[in-house]
Amino acid sequence: MTDRALTATAHGPLDELAHDERGGISNPILGMLLFITSEVMFFAGLFAAYFASRAAIAPWPPTEFEHTLEPLGIVFPATVLLVISSVTCQIGVNAIRRDDRSGFIRAIGITLVLGIVFLVIQIYDYGLLYSHGLTLASGPYGTTYYTLTGFHGAHVFGGVIMLAVVLYRGMAGQFSARHHDAVEGTSIYWHFVDVVWIGLYLTLYWLR
Amino acid sequence: MATTAPALRPAATSYRSGLYEWLTTTDHKKIGILYVVNSLIFFFVGGLLALGVRVELAQPGLQFLSDENLYNELFTMHGTVMIFLFIIPILVGFGNYVVPLQIGAPDMAFPRINALSFWMLPLAGILLLSGFVTGGAAAAGWTSYSPLAQDRPLGSPGPGQDLWVTGLVLIGTSSILGSINFLVTIFKMRAPGLTLFRMPILVWTVLVTSVLVLMATPVLTSALVMLFIDRNYGGSFFDPANGGDAVLWQNVFWFYSHPAVYIMVLPAMGMISEILPVFARKPLFGYKAFVFATAGIGALGFSVWAHHMFTTGSVYLPFFSLMTFLIAVPTGVKMFNWIFTLWRGKLTFSTPLLFALGFLSMFLIGGINGAFSAAVPVDFALHDTYWVVAHLHYVLFGGSVFGVFAGIYYWFPKMTGRMLGEGLGKIQFVIMFIGFNLTFFPMHALGIAGMPRRIADYAGNAGWNDLNLAATIGGFLIAASILPFVWNVFVSLRSGKPAGDDPWEGNTLEWATSSPPPPYNFDHLPEIRSERPVFDLRHGRTKPAATLPDPGPVSQPTH
Repeated sequence: MTDRALTATAHGPLDELAHDERGGISNPILGMLLFITSEVMFFAGLFAAYFASRAAIAPWPPTEFEHTLEPLGIVFPATVLLVISSVTCQIGVNAIRRDDRSGFIRAIGITLVLGIVFLVIQIYDYGLLYSHGLTLASGPYGTTYYTLTGFHGAHVFGGVIMLAVVLYRGMAGQFSARHHDAVEGTSIYWHFVDVVWIGLYLTLYWLR
Repeated sequence: MATTAPALRPAATSYRSGLYEWLTTTDHKKIGILYVVNSLIFFFVGGLLALGVRVELAQPGLQFLSDENLYNELFTMHGTVMIFLFIIPILVGFGNYVVPLQIGAPDMAFPRINALSFWMLPLAGILLLSGFVTGGAAAAGWTSYSPLAQDRPLGSPGPGQDLWVTGLVLIGTSSILGSINFLVTIFKMRAPGLTLFRMPILVWTVLVTSVLVLMATPVLTSALVMLFIDRNYGGSFFDPANGGDAVLWQNVFWFYSHPAVYIMVLPAMGMISEILPVFARKPLFGYKAFVFATAGIGALGFSVWAHHMFTTGSVYLPFFSLMTFLIAVPTGVKMFNWIFTLWRGKLTFSTPLLFALGFLSMFLIGGINGAFSAAVPVDFALHDTYWVVAHLHYVLFGGSVFGVFAGIYYWFPKMTGRMLGEGLGKIQFVIMFIGFNLTFFPMHALGIAGMPRRIADYAGNAGWNDLNLAATIGGFLIAASILPFVWNVFVSLRSGKPAGDDPWEGNTLEWATSSPPPPYNFDHLPEIRSERPVFDLRHGRTKPAATLPDPGPVSQPTH
């Protein structure tokens, strides 16, 4: 024990003092998992509002907006893209775990592009819906639709920013097999955003 | 053979550092003090707002305020400020200061996020209060029920309500980030030997509170953004006139705000549980029972929210009534923990113990009058009367605020290196205790006599005059009790008795370091074999400095 105390190399006071040497999950990853827990509860509140509104209104969707629900239109391709982006993101994480930096940069780059394409499709879709007269102010259907998908889109946007930062830092050579907590955290967040979208897609478009 | 002697004992943190240091610090101790000071400032603001309410209600008729809407703003902002900017943050502040010390950690897990969490609070407070100068603060009550909180005539037109929403989203974000920080700190940064069941009770209560914050606060955030969309973008979540559902707001709001009651009292319970054993010279009675009771309160806390909504007719009354009675059980367990901790103890009636006893007795009343309202038929009679005001103040003032002052008197020596004056402390306690009961005990009778809450005026022949006058006098007594406190802090900071490392002969690790502690808290830790490491050390059961590696030159931070 004494030897360990003497030979431990110090990088800063936080590394040496009262340090838990039992290993386990790293602080930033645990923090990200807890943050995602809070995000789950945030979306739970929105979903609760959606189901309460839906239960209170007899034909859902209201007849004048029924044609806005085309599960296989442009939303399905967007969903597929987002799922693929989760896969590429994980490929990037696995690459950096192997210290394969170029593979990591390639995979994260593809993920970033897919995320941006998803956002572009969502904006295009909003434009279409708006031209059909569906707005935030057109009753509970429009309000819940735009609020739920909008907050999801905001989270995708946040994820895109995080991916961009990770890509930039990766190209600057800041990540290695030993040191890539930011990559792991971003990846967990991106998977979460993907899962929320699958839940949203099934709830908004398929649930009858 | 032994480790090289810990040659460098870092100088104690200087609290006379410049403004820049305070604005940019990431030291959990300084941030903790910032939390406490900021919260006390808002406590005084909220207290002034409450005095406005009490002055208006002292007699029937409108004398003091120009109109009822200003009255609505006063009680709305009183509730909001006291809950969101005083009680919750000041408990977070104590957690911030004490938890890393008690688990032998050098700082919180994410010091910069810790600073961010704090600095959102003054900003949010300014946003909330700026409603007063932009055409009226929020006036729909701290619960902001729809359609009252909607942007329309006879609702809440004007920016005040939007500022309220924005401020609360900020405070909620601050709380969520703080809870993540606490959880990672407690799970990952405990000193060697400090297992979960050797953690001080305060750490346990902060842990459970953080879980509540993490799971409940985001739901409030979702409710707030929905309200904001309703008010500003023509949404139809909560406004029946637009096809929304007013009860939906109540469900989502109370899904947060009932757990929030435990967020506001569990850390205070933890502080009491640190103080009672020290001043009774006994270990806490039933440590594990207390831990499980705390966890039980946390779990049950999510299943009782609709007891605020019995009279809406849209909640399942037997279930929520039963769960509400059930949650009294773990709270009762804690009462016995505390009473048997005191039982045959060697009591020293210092100010922290007095406030802790104030907590015990007043919180007991708050539990009993709450159990009344848990019974559905009784609640139908008492709903939205002054009975409810009495109940919530016995829990949150009689409970949390007395707990907070116990904590201030207990940890002030650690924070500043100086003792608070005992004489002034006892004067404060006596005035506050009398004033508190004079203010809020009559409200039980007013509630039973049918006086509704949130009214600016009442009929002179309703029979409520004397009790209201008594409550107003009591309110001014509470305000008066703050004066000896402020004077005490002022005098003690300048010329208080030096505290030394361990003025109370405490049990937990914060008393094993200097007062105030150095940056990164410890240069060595005693061996930890129980939940009372400093007690063990004092009585020779363990060796000092057995476990920690030699801090070396790195314990002197250079920035």
